[in-house]
Amino acid sequence: MSPTTTAPIPTYTKKDFESGVDPRWCPGCGDFSIINQVQKALPAVGVARENIVFVSGIGCSSRFPYYMNNYGMHTLHGRAPSFASGLKISRPELQVWVVTGDGDALAIGGNHFIHTMRRNLDIKMLMFNNRIYGLTKGQVSPTSELGKKTKTTPHGSPDYPFNAPALALGSGATFVARSIDIEGAHMGVVLKAAAEHKGSVFVEIFQNCPVFNDGAYLFLTEKAVKADAQLRMEAGKPLLFGKDNRKGIRFNTQTAELEVVTVGSNGVAEKDVLVHDPHRADPTIAFMLANLSDRAGFPTPIGIFRDVRKPTADEMTWEMIKAAKAKRGETSVRKFLSDAETWQVK
Amino acid sequence: MSTPSKSPVEKVDSVTIRFVGDSGDGMQLTGSEFTKASALAGNDLATFPDFPAEIRAPAGTLAGVSGYQVNFGCRDIYTPGDQPDVLVAMNPAALKTNLADLRPGGMLIVNNGAFTEQNLEKAQYKSNPLDDATLKKNYKVLSVDMNKLTEAALAGSGLSSKEIARCKNYFALGIMYWLYSRPIDHQIDNIRAKFAKKPELAEANAKVFKAGHAFGETSEIFHQQYIVPAAKLQAGTYRNVTGNQAVALGFATVAKLTGRQVFLGSYPITPATEILQEMAYFKDQGVVTYQAEDEIAGIGSAIGASFGGSLACTTTSGPGLALKSEMIGLALITELPLVIVNVQRGGPSTGMPTKTEQADLFIALFGRHGEAPLPVLAARSPSDCYYSAIEAMKIAVKWMTPVILLTDGYLGFGSEPFRIPEEGEVKGFDVKYQTTPNYSGQYMPYLRDDKLIRPWAIPGTAGLEHRVGGLEKDSLSGMVSYDGMNHEKMVKTRAQKVANVVEDVPDVEVDGAATGDLLLVSWGGTYGSVKSAANQLKTQGKKVSHVHLRWLNPLPRNLGAVLKSFKKILVPEVNNGQLAFYLRGSFPGVDPLQFNRINGKAIKVSELIGKVNEILG
Repeated sequence: MSPTTTAPIPTYTKKDFESGVDPRWCPGCGDFSIINQVQKALPAVGVARENIVFVSGIGCSSRFPYYMNNYGMHTLHGRAPSFASGLKISRPELQVWVVTGDGDALAIGGNHFIHTMRRNLDIKMLMFNNRIYGLTKGQVSPTSELGKKTKTTPHGSPDYPFNAPALALGSGATFVARSIDIEGAHMGVVLKAAAEHKGSVFVEIFQNCPVFNDGAYLFLTEKAVKADAQLRMEAGKPLLFGKDNRKGIRFNTQTAELEVVTVGSNGVAEKDVLVHDPHRADPTIAFMLANLSDRAGFPTPIGIFRDVRKPTADEMTWEMIKAAKAKRGETSVRKFLSDAETWQVK
Repeated sequence: MSTPSKSPVEKVDSVTIRFVGDSGDGMQLTGSEFTKASALAGNDLATFPDFPAEIRAPAGTLAGVSGYQVNFGCRDIYTPGDQPDVLVAMNPAALKTNLADLRPGGMLIVNNGAFTEQNLEKAQYKSNPLDDATLKKNYKVLSVDMNKLTEAALAGSGLSSKEIARCKNYFALGIMYWLYSRPIDHQIDNIRAKFAKKPELAEANAKVFKAGHAFGETSEIFHQQYIVPAAKLQAGTYRNVTGNQAVALGFATVAKLTGRQVFLGSYPITPATEILQEMAYFKDQGVVTYQAEDEIAGIGSAIGASFGGSLACTTTSGPGLALKSEMIGLALITELPLVIVNVQRGGPSTGMPTKTEQADLFIALFGRHGEAPLPVLAARSPSDCYYSAIEAMKIAVKWMTPVILLTDGYLGFGSEPFRIPEEGEVKGFDVKYQTTPNYSGQYMPYLRDDKLIRPWAIPGTAGLEHRVGGLEKDSLSGMVSYDGMNHEKMVKTRAQKVANVVEDVPDVEVDGAATGDLLLVSWGGTYGSVKSAANQLKTQGKKVSHVHLRWLNPLPRNLGAVLKSFKKILVPEVNNGQLAFYLRGSFPGVDPLQFNRINGKAIKVSELIGKVNEILG
């Protein structure tokens, strides 16, 4: 059925991915920076504009497809992954992105989220995490901190938050990453890797909501604390952080836990520090890293936790279709209707 | 080979047989095997299985009884039959739960070997009903120890006593083959094929089947055999289909004839699951199936595939339809083609999953928030499910709209002979995608044609990139619009478009005189019962006609005039009067009488005839 363009892909600029509709996000919203990075990243991805589809649910972030000059669907609250799944399975040659938020993906859409990840469908999900319900004007979200005071939790939230990358890893995602709205260059690198990954992609983007949760990530982004608060994960490099890059993450073989060490003190050498490898087939270390952000005294990891190639559900579906076709071969309606016990009436 | 029997053979026009036993007794198999033999003998027939929602309720209990009814004859058969003429009961619980349905004077074939003290207690019998003299007075009782005879047939086979016990359904089948003069060779081949992987069981079952047949012939308790001559069916090649199989075959036919992918996104739910299972086997014919994580994702994936250009469908039953409501609204406002098949079951809530009902007419017509009309049609018989699926998809694609196809558990599980259409007999339809800009070099996804149908441009088409969504859209560009007058225009336009579908809805045909004392109006799965009742009433000289509705929205153009041509209207339904209510609202002045049964079963022809006679006085 596919009318998908196979002609040479034009040389695109950022402008080719702008729909011309002015985004209606609040001034200062982190979403502006994210869409800017996505539009900047797409020209280098090497996919024709008409073969890219953005699917979203409901929430501030979910207005995203309207501002992209691609095919787009703005669907129902939490349900974007289900549309994306049907689209990807039926048209595997399309590049399918899902844009969602913390409430959309992890509350009402939690079920679709985990199943999309576990199937390893080739769908790229960007989750803008502002730790609040923005479109409904400030209620607690599944990623809001414990004790958070919002309009629906005036005495503080009694609910533990989700750790989104840990949930994605636990669900079987083959690409899991995290970036921050104001870290444009970092986000660009992550988005490019996400676009190139074949399989389920989950990118959490910490996004500031200047109206209902302003400053949610200052603990991570303020100049004074940034170096100690962020752990930049880079493949093949030791997990070092801190002002002079002397702090590191070590795997303690006695406790089977990650710990913070200082290179050069207590006999710790750089070779003792864990080297980041997002390509490990076993997601355990990635899961431990993802959980660091919930632990006191640990930095918050930024970058790619996991990037592993596994056959995707869409690939396997079409392999099965190919095999089934080869087995039965072309037939006619009458032939397949007759594929049962039949009898003649004269 | 069976030797010709010396027993007298009586010719009968039609017979209804019900096989009942414990869930583990293999009654579904026995019933369907006997059905196949009837079909091969050229009978017209209809079947209906009746089994508990639990896969295996405790053995021997009343809750664990499973049944299979078949009505076959030399004349047209429209229903699986009101009352069995023959009841084959494999244990006390089966007898207890089914005896009341047996026609007075009917034949009761009972496995007395299962009437142990323990089983009698489980069936809550205080004494053995087989010892009751009134049983023999009211019915022709043939009491056979199938347990013992099966054991004897398999003596020295080396099978365990459990394996031997599981063969006894073939003893019952053998008796029935003899009783209805069926040739046995074909069944022996079937047994060998069915148990090909376990030759020792194939031999055992074949042996027991032959023993049952020989028992019928030689024992003196059966005084005669019966023969039901072949029916006059349209010439052709036939197979049996259940309604669920037929829906799957219909969608596979659509894929084949249009050359377009048919995508099914679904989630297992009784009684609709078989459609997904059946369609999964058509991967090589252009069908893609996807078992989603829940009902909502089932339809969501289908709408996603529809946006991508597939001919998309989703299958479900009542509770699932309720969950899909919001999604149906989205398909409707985005105006993407989609077929939602709802195999109705007893509701509300979980209700009676394995029992039939027609109580989802209202939710199909009105069960969405906002102004959200869509086309609704209903299949009338298992084989009609095939044509209904094709028609529903054709309408969805032509009119760019979701369409609801209603079937029900009675049709979905029931089976009847299906004439396989000749090559070229079933026609495909055009599926057109917009490939060029339609408005001064731009693409306007909501620029409509004179029928108010919007174009369908799909991803991969350069220059036609556009966005659709659930927010109200501008009547031309499809961009988000909060303009009140635009909203009103869009609401009215969407409603008018669905109203325009009436051009594809044929006028109803009146079966019988165009005017008269009473018009029976049926829809969906009650067709068979109402048609049979109307036929019998007509032969009794009653001025009764029958109209069957395939389309529930839009209603056929001539329906109002037809309704007004009769003194009285009676609407029989397996619900509390939903069509009757709808007709009152649609045709002011029309006030149908109602006949409602909501007992999980099809309407009995005899009850309906009784009701009509009561009305006509």
